[in-house]
Amino acid sequence: MENNKLLISHAPHIWGGFSTSKIMFIVAFALLFPTAAAIYFFGYYAIYMILASVSAAVLSEFVIKKLRKKRFIMDGSSVVTGLLLALTLPPRIPLWMVAIGAFFSIAIAREAFGGLGYNIFNPALAGRAFLSVCFPGEMTSWVIPPHFNYDAITGATPLGENFTYQADKLSLYKDLFFGNRGGSLGETSVMLILIGAAILIILRIIDWRIPVFYIGTVALGSFLIGRDVLFQVMAGGLMIGAFFMATDYVTSPVTRNGRIIFGVCLGILTVLIRNFGSLPEGVAFSILIMNAFTPLIDRYIRIKPFGFRKKEKNA
Amino acid sequence: MNIEIKKKRAFKGLSLPENKITAKKPIEVLPVPDKVVIPLQQNIGAPCEFIVERGDMVKTGQKIADSQNYVSAPIHSSISGKVTRIIKVVNPVTSNVMDSVIIESDGLDNWIELKKLFDIKKSDDFSGLKKIIDSIDGKEIIKKIKEAGIVGLGGATFPTHVKLNPPKDKKIDTLILNGCECEPFITSDHRVMLEYGKEVLMGLYILNKVLSPQNIYVAIEKNKEDAIIYLGKLAEEMGLDSIFKIIALESRYPMGAEKTLIRTITGRIVPMGGLPMDVRVIMNNVATSKSVYEAVIEGKPMIDRVITVTGAIENPKNLLVRLGITIDKLVESCGKTESGVNYLIIGGPMMGISIVNTDFPVTKGMNCLLLRKSRIPFEQNCINCGRCVNICPMKLMPLAYVRYVKKSQFEACREYYIENCIECGCCSYVCPANIPIVGYIKTGKNQLLKTIG
Ligand code: SF4
Ligand code: SF4
Repeated sequence: MENNKLLISHAPHIWGGFSTSKIMFIVAFALLFPTAAAIYFFGYYAIYMILASVSAAVLSEFVIKKLRKKRFIMDGSSVVTGLLLALTLPPRIPLWMVAIGAFFSIAIAREAFGGLGYNIFNPALAGRAFLSVCFPGEMTSWVIPPHFNYDAITGATPLGENFTYQADKLSLYKDLFFGNRGGSLGETSVMLILIGAAILIILRIIDWRIPVFYIGTVALGSFLIGRDVLFQVMAGGLMIGAFFMATDYVTSPVTRNGRIIFGVCLGILTVLIRNFGSLPEGVAFSILIMNAFTPLIDRYIRIKPFGFRKKEKNA
Repeated sequence: MNIEIKKKRAFKGLSLPENKITAKKPIEVLPVPDKVVIPLQQNIGAPCEFIVERGDMVKTGQKIADSQNYVSAPIHSSISGKVTRIIKVVNPVTSNVMDSVIIESDGLDNWIELKKLFDIKKSDDFSGLKKIIDSIDGKEIIKKIKEAGIVGLGGATFPTHVKLNPPKDKKIDTLILNGCECEPFITSDHRVMLEYGKEVLMGLYILNKVLSPQNIYVAIEKNKEDAIIYLGKLAEEMGLDSIFKIIALESRYPMGAEKTLIRTITGRIVPMGGLPMDVRVIMNNVATSKSVYEAVIEGKPMIDRVITVTGAIENPKNLLVRLGITIDKLVESCGKTESGVNYLIIGGPMMGISIVNTDFPVTKGMNCLLLRKSRIPFEQNCINCGRCVNICPMKLMPLAYVRYVKKSQFEACREYYIENCIECGCCSYVCPANIPIVGYIKTGKNQLLKTIG
């Protein structure tokens, strides 16, 4: 045999074949369900927004990786970030703003911190927060679903102060569930979000603990302060936030217990912001705040190793 | 025969592609080599010192190196011939430089005189054999095992006589014979159980006599059903079925890992940093049991072992080889290597060590030689996904080691109990960012060892 061809590497010498890009691909696939709802309810313009966001995100990553002379791998993470960003934006925001948001998400919130894996804040939500600060007007102008008609009538989101609803409760719940309501592009259809989320949970891409404890805490908190639980859970960005944003690996805790704590804290924050803060909606900010606490949670919530005994620590 | 099927296990584990392509291939005896290279350090513990010199003539089975240290096992010549040189060889596992002797064969394979008490190949008088064993004193047995240089053959190479002689305050009530062989590709233990079943079981009887535990289990994964059935039948024939129980386990990696296997079988948890004897258990490999039999009944020292040569090669085989035969000879005897082989691995694909030096000899702890063609995936950043944390059988947080070793903060690794890692490789296997986590762990451990001194 030819010795000169032999190489050295660390064990193990076989791999499971699961990769970051596969994960991103599956997440992007799951996001197609809320995306379909976005297009159905808000028309062709939603497609343009998504295309603008995704292409701006991928391009930003490419350029920055080249500038920093790092290897560019099309691992799909920019696609997911771009898609998520678009889905959190109001449905009639100008495309150039979308592109700026996507650039901020990738260039500032992610690459400036050292790239995927080193970012502290969820890039898509950071981009959204940036746009809210820069363009507060555009970021809070909502329309009621015009379907394929561009000239939509402005209207309030269900959580907004001016939101009024004439019909009975049941059809309100129905509209919330199917998505026929005002709101950000991808947050309206609870049903399609749940389908996408089910895919991620069944394929074990995301841990069910974060969304379940998050939504559960919001439900409990709303119940305790006498709000309509079903309404609070389905309205706003809670569903898409809990399943698709709070579960972002990089910015959420790594241990199971840490994730439970993360979910519960998110829930408490969201209820507080919604009911006692000056903003109508608190999902995005709750997640950003908890992102900042993730390193702390990971530092203190560890798992006990096999055979761990208390007294051994002193020994 | 008492066979218990255990569905539960103490860890999550991986279901790996088994690739046990040599499972049905009978052990082939390789001819005595012309030359052997025998390193001084073949066990965990103290290295030996030579008791022969350059130019000496030695016989097969003659002791050539020994140590005053109790935690050590003597080393014997595996062929007869002349000691021609003393050289240094780099141990690929520890990167330590070891003194080694080269012995050139005289072509005679002239053995030292063996005192054979019984011939298990010729005679079926098992009750007679048991009487012989019963008549030997326990201390005498341990002495014979020590003299034969027997070490744990599962890979850890801990001297067996030390294991069988626990401190007085450690009561032993359970003996486990480990025949799990959970790594892909390797079949040497499997074949030993099938072809040396009698020796293995009589070895078990000897261990039973030394330790007199209340429970004895032979742990075998279900993918080796033939071995389970065969040993079960054999035990009845030999009148040994009352002393032990076969445990049939799920085929999951790493089933054979000591601590999790003890928990799976007995429910006991070996404390961190502790040994199986802390929970009254002693575990031995099935191949070790065979060697124990040969040492005690046939007086034969450890000079050969069964090793699987497999992977990208024409004729993968299970071979019975003399220790000290060089690896290129093993490869040659299995036909042409496939083109593009770029890894030569000692051990299995999950825990094995890749080497580039084909002059390296077979040592006591080697159970497999694996040839592979592979491309290492590109290492990306950790994405904090937690897969490594969820899979770790030792319940550690492998991603922390990656983070802190990268920053050279080795002390921080200790806060995450790095020394408990058994280097099973599960974390690297599942990592979507293709991080060679075990590589970082080894670096971390080595650095910590260095700082202690
Ligand atoms: S190699 Fe170590 S850290 Fe990784 S899974 Fe195995 S025991 Fe855990
Ligand atoms: S499996 Fe890999 S990417 Fe995931 S947390 Fe562990 S080290 Fe990081």
